[in-house]
Amino acid sequence: MPTPDASSRPRKVNRLGLTPSDYKGKPSTLCKGCGHDAISSQLIRAFFESDVRPHQVAKLSGIGCSSKTPAYFLNHSHGFNAVHGRMPSVATGAVLANRRLVAVGVSGDGDTASIGIGQFVHLVRRNLPLIYIVENNGVYGLTKGQFSATADENAALRSGEVNRLPNIDLCGMAIELGATYVARSFAGDPKQLVALLRGALAHNGTAVLDILSPCVTFNNHAGSTKSYTWGKDNEEPIHILDFVPAMDQIEVEYEEGTDQEVQLHDGSWVRLRKLERGYDPTDRRAAQELVLEANEKNLFLTGLLYLDTSKRTFLDSLELCDEPLALLSEDQLRPPPEILDEVVASYR
Amino acid sequence: MSDKTALAEEVAPSGIEPEPIVNDLAIQVATVNGSGSQSSNLVLLRALFRMGIPVGGKNLFPSNIAGLPTWFTIRANRDGWVARKRNVDYLVALNPQTAIRDVESLSPGSAVVYEEGLRLERRRDDVVFYPAPFQELAAEVTREVRLRKLLANMIYVGLLGELLSIDVEEIFGAIDSQFRSKKAAVELNRRAVEIGIRHARENLVKQDPFTLERMDKNRGKVLIDGNAAAALGAMFGGASVATWYPITPSSSVVEQLTGFLKRYRKGPDGKATYAVVQAEDELAAVGMALAAGWAGARAMTATSGPGISLMSEFVGLGYYAEIPLVIWNIQRVGPSTGLPTRTAQGDILSTYTLSHGDTKHVCLLPASTRECFEFGWKAFDLAERLQTPVFVLSDLDLGMNIWATEPFEYPDRPMDRGKVLTREDLERLGGTFQRYADVDGDAIPYRTLPGTEHPGAAYFTRGSGHDEGAEYTESEEAYVRIMARLDRKFETAREMVPPPVVDQTEPATPLGIIGFGSSDPAIEEARTRLREEAAIEMDYLRLRALPLGPSVLDFITARQRVVVLDQNRDGQVLQLLRAEYGDRIPSGVLRSLRHYSGHPMDAQTIVDYVTEMEIGAV
Ligand SMILES: Cc1ncc(C[n+]2csc(CCOP(=O)(O)OP(=O)(O)O)c2C)c(N)n1
Ligand code: SF4
Ligand SMILES: [Mg+2]
Repeated sequence: MPTPDASSRPRKVNRLGLTPSDYKGKPSTLCKGCGHDAISSQLIRAFFESDVRPHQVAKLSGIGCSSKTPAYFLNHSHGFNAVHGRMPSVATGAVLANRRLVAVGVSGDGDTASIGIGQFVHLVRRNLPLIYIVENNGVYGLTKGQFSATADENAALRSGEVNRLPNIDLCGMAIELGATYVARSFAGDPKQLVALLRGALAHNGTAVLDILSPCVTFNNHAGSTKSYTWGKDNEEPIHILDFVPAMDQIEVEYEEGTDQEVQLHDGSWVRLRKLERGYDPTDRRAAQELVLEANEKNLFLTGLLYLDTSKRTFLDSLELCDEPLALLSEDQLRPPPEILDEVVASYR
Repeated sequence: MSDKTALAEEVAPSGIEPEPIVNDLAIQVATVNGSGSQSSNLVLLRALFRMGIPVGGKNLFPSNIAGLPTWFTIRANRDGWVARKRNVDYLVALNPQTAIRDVESLSPGSAVVYEEGLRLERRRDDVVFYPAPFQELAAEVTREVRLRKLLANMIYVGLLGELLSIDVEEIFGAIDSQFRSKKAAVELNRRAVEIGIRHARENLVKQDPFTLERMDKNRGKVLIDGNAAAALGAMFGGASVATWYPITPSSSVVEQLTGFLKRYRKGPDGKATYAVVQAEDELAAVGMALAAGWAGARAMTATSGPGISLMSEFVGLGYYAEIPLVIWNIQRVGPSTGLPTRTAQGDILSTYTLSHGDTKHVCLLPASTRECFEFGWKAFDLAERLQTPVFVLSDLDLGMNIWATEPFEYPDRPMDRGKVLTREDLERLGGTFQRYADVDGDAIPYRTLPGTEHPGAAYFTRGSGHDEGAEYTESEEAYVRIMARLDRKFETAREMVPPPVVDQTEPATPLGIIGFGSSDPAIEEARTRLREEAAIEMDYLRLRALPLGPSVLDFITARQRVVVLDQNRDGQVLQLLRAEYGDRIPSGVLRSLRHYSGHPMDAQTIVDYVTEMEIGAV
């Protein structure tokens, strides 16, 4: 079988000398066939292929089937399964304390679009360096299948109940709020998902990935717009996407003419092979329009919807020192006695 | 403002020169908020402070930005009693909305300085009236209408200066400090004071007995609010992540902390060795702080009533997952929005057991600005040592009012960062550790920080059931084991928290009082007054933390009657004592004194209660 390019060729050992199993987690306890498990597998692959040091990773999540998954990948990374809807604040605190952490947050559509939407909004607005994954199945899996706020209007539950409320489009919101890397993908599209995850790993800022992740138990029937068949039948990539790590560039065959390339912070490239529509993900208005249009036409567009590599991150705004706050020594943290005298004197 | 149940003072019959009352009075300035009287009040307070007279300043303000009544009270007392005094001796009446009531509630023999247009002199014949045309006098200082309004406030500083013999040089010095760099403002304000003095000299005849004299009781002291002290303590405790959401009366903790950090906590490259984040709400504030503590920062947040309620879920996570975090609760009057700008000790029980399930938390109870500073840094040591959220419960009276205090003491020990395993430790241990195992017998486990470069460092933190290895489990044995260890950890905490301060006679008096926090100055004043006026001795135990230490039970059982003073309706600390000690306390010993008007605690209330109780006891 011909391999398309070097970056996606499975390697047994990465540049750190680690094998894929060094990136594995505990065995999953989710339902067999759950979209969330497919996403965990691609996370393992992306972290492995991008040579991320597992100990540098912090996995954060809220509550839900989706939020359980950080236990099922990257065993050698610290994980924090927090409270429902509050992954963004937990991610923020962890990154503030240690800016060297590679933070990956996993959330569900209930976790993000209902109880936690306020935290989602403010996290995106701050542009905290974080990979924010929404495992979107249109239902509350863990509480047994109630509609979530991302369920499409007129979608039906197996019980026959129909959702009469419009859905919240998290990608559209993220672009509006100033996210700097916004993508939509499908748990059943491993190749695109890995490329998007690797792009997110190379990005410096908030990367929002809204991933259709079917719930086989409660929302995978005919009439659901969050099922595997619906996803497969309706997925319409806006481009074919490759991720080219900075170090691989020389190895890669360069196909000029058909591609648009965007460079990421660490020198890697996202290469977007244009489909007919010829989409430019750095154009914010175009991105917003595309999302609106897709919603109107009920299209499931996937790919990198928006990318901005110029906006400053929350850490830049805070003018944080380079050393992680968590590792500062007592000398750096506690000013000397003369300072106490000085401050106290100002209250005389 | 009428809580005038105080004893009516004897007033001298007119015509006879009254005996002067030196350095013992309460001045109250009644204005509308937003009128700019705060600087004048601070100048007055500081001038008295610099005359060496013990003083304290309390602001009674509305939950509003402009146009509602506000009262600022300065108590000067030669013996050092600066708790709230229920009766006012000197009223400055500038607010037409409240002037009549303010005057009517005065005790006979008091004095009123007032805007003459209010015509208050007809209201009473047993108080002394000093009218002044404030606007006219202010117009002499400046032609500018807007400034005139502000400067009218400085006029009363001049009037009081003359009537009470305040040292003019100290007033001027206080103006210099207040308006530091603004030369024009200093000049205008000085002029306003001079005009006030001149008006008093030329038009008013001193008829009241109150007067102030220089003393030497403030040498080395400073004037500071509890929230500033808390913020300073936090900075010297090495606070590195502070998150918050604005709410009265806690906002000024992180606001002032930000000021200190900006000034004193930049690295050599000018970059911040801290992060302060104004979060989107208290849920986010506590979530950020908790995760920062998890990742190894010295993390804190500060809030009040409604914010504490919102933080509840995360606090339970912090307790069960064993994560260090410091939370300041500057208490105000609840329930619900309650009286947001009034003081209370109403969150003791809810904070102590905040969150669902079996939870209990270490709570520190500062009683002075010095303890706000001290607990400000110690709270971090306790939180990291015990791996748990630690609360510091201050209140509006302590936090926002201004207190004279001895300077703060620099931390007397290095920071305690608790049981954190490094990469080297892990290598020594053969590469693995158990996150929730009790290795040392003190029920405190070991943790690692995210980012520790060792394959065995990682563990999974969760608020769901877990075993010693931090693995998910629904096993009842594991659940019970972990919960029982947390209970034992609380016993370790009991030994570590600041012990109560006991002031007792030998042999113990049959009568005692238990109090805490901002009740302290009123309790001390009441004890002295009871001793001097009624020959009643009352020993005193001041709680400084929860969980309660063993000495509390000893104090109670050694006495026949112990008053438990709570600034809340339900006697929350009384309930705690009962729950903790049960029938080890003989029945009838504990007496509950509950003060919950929203006003700071005063000595008279205690004196009245104890006097009546002791008469009954005889
Ligand atoms: C404060 C709070 N309210 C309610 C719940 C119950 N709850 C658990 S998971 C969940 C919904 C999860 O839905 P989603 O985020 O979409 O995750 P999924 O299970 O679908 O992956 C709810 C409501 C909770 N854990 N906490
Ligand atoms: S209930 Fe749905 S979301 Fe949850 S594990 Fe099963 S399939 Fe996945
Ligand atoms: Mg869901």
